[in-house]
Amino acid sequence: MAGLLDKKRDREEIQVPLAGMADIAFLLLIFFLVVTTIDMDTGIGMTLPPKLDEDQEPPPVRERNVLNLLLNAQGQLLMNDELANVNQVREQVVRHVTNFGEDPNLSERPGVAVVSIKTDRNTRYERYIDVLDEVWMAYFAIWDDAARSGEYTGGRTFRDYDHYRNQLGEDEDNEIREAFPAQISVAEPDRG
Amino acid sequence: MNQKFQKKRTSGEDKGIPVASMPDIIFMLLIFFMVTTVLRETEVQVRTQLPQAEALTKIEQRRFVSNVWIGPLRLPGNQLGETRVQIDDALMEEEEFPTIRNIMYRKLQEEPRLIVSLRVDVTAEMGILVDVQEELREANTLRINYSSRQQQ
Repeated sequence: MAGLLDKKRDREEIQVPLAGMADIAFLLLIFFLVVTTIDMDTGIGMTLPPKLDEDQEPPPVRERNVLNLLLNAQGQLLMNDELANVNQVREQVVRHVTNFGEDPNLSERPGVAVVSIKTDRNTRYERYIDVLDEVWMAYFAIWDDAARSGEYTGGRTFRDYDHYRNQLGEDEDNEIREAFPAQISVAEPDRG
Repeated sequence: MNQKFQKKRTSGEDKGIPVASMPDIIFMLLIFFMVTTVLRETEVQVRTQLPQAEALTKIEQRRFVSNVWIGPLRLPGNQLGETRVQIDDALMEEEEFPTIRNIMYRKLQEEPRLIVSLRVDVTAEMGILVDVQEELREANTLRINYSSRQQQ
């Protein structure tokens, strides 16, 4: 009886050899290392306007609140009916949005300011992104200024807009974004 | 003198790095890479030289992203053909654009936080992009991203 028990214990000591496990794990690791692509997608984020019903009119916008940017097929830029250079866009957008009703040709207040970009069907995509990029950079500059001044953040000042946004809680409102909503409208080009 | 030497050698050999937990460490690394890996499932058949921009944002959740490629067809012998739209594995001509809304609608049902990343070649014309965007609006996939590289 005692001998039988001894034998059983012997069998329990038989083990799967574990020495090769590290090698197998290494092989798998190398496979996944090679296959993995950690290139994060970067780009300019936008939200398209929702589809309107047939009988629904687009919301009315006063003309002075809209900054019109027109791009033709040759890549020339018309800013509020004046020929302009892409480098001038950023400054003009900042002036337009942060006008607070001063200049009668610019926006009444930041909340209703709209930047409209209209292209031709033959405009190169590169030109469109150039202009769109400048408009976004203008908004980034405005948000940075707002975060530094502390005017919209309850007196607290921040290094820049990213600093402000990163410390925001999950359910807190982004006050700066609400005060200066980036309303960029991409108008449909005329057919033909 | 001799004794001193021997003592050093024996005590030095005892202090080996413990390797028993190495498989565990390797397994942890392995699991990390397994989780982060997104296998490349499509072969892009159009050239997409992305534009450069400054106002970039990162998309951290790659699992929500669906790519749409717009650019000139890659032809054999390094030649470029007409501009086409590619979604997943399908190349589309202009007449087939209305199918985009069905594809995108289905994707949106599966993943409500869907972001459509438009990877558009710099030489593409706005007309084709606007047509695709109209289809995205029809499908109600409104979050888009104009994929761009950091300006040098």
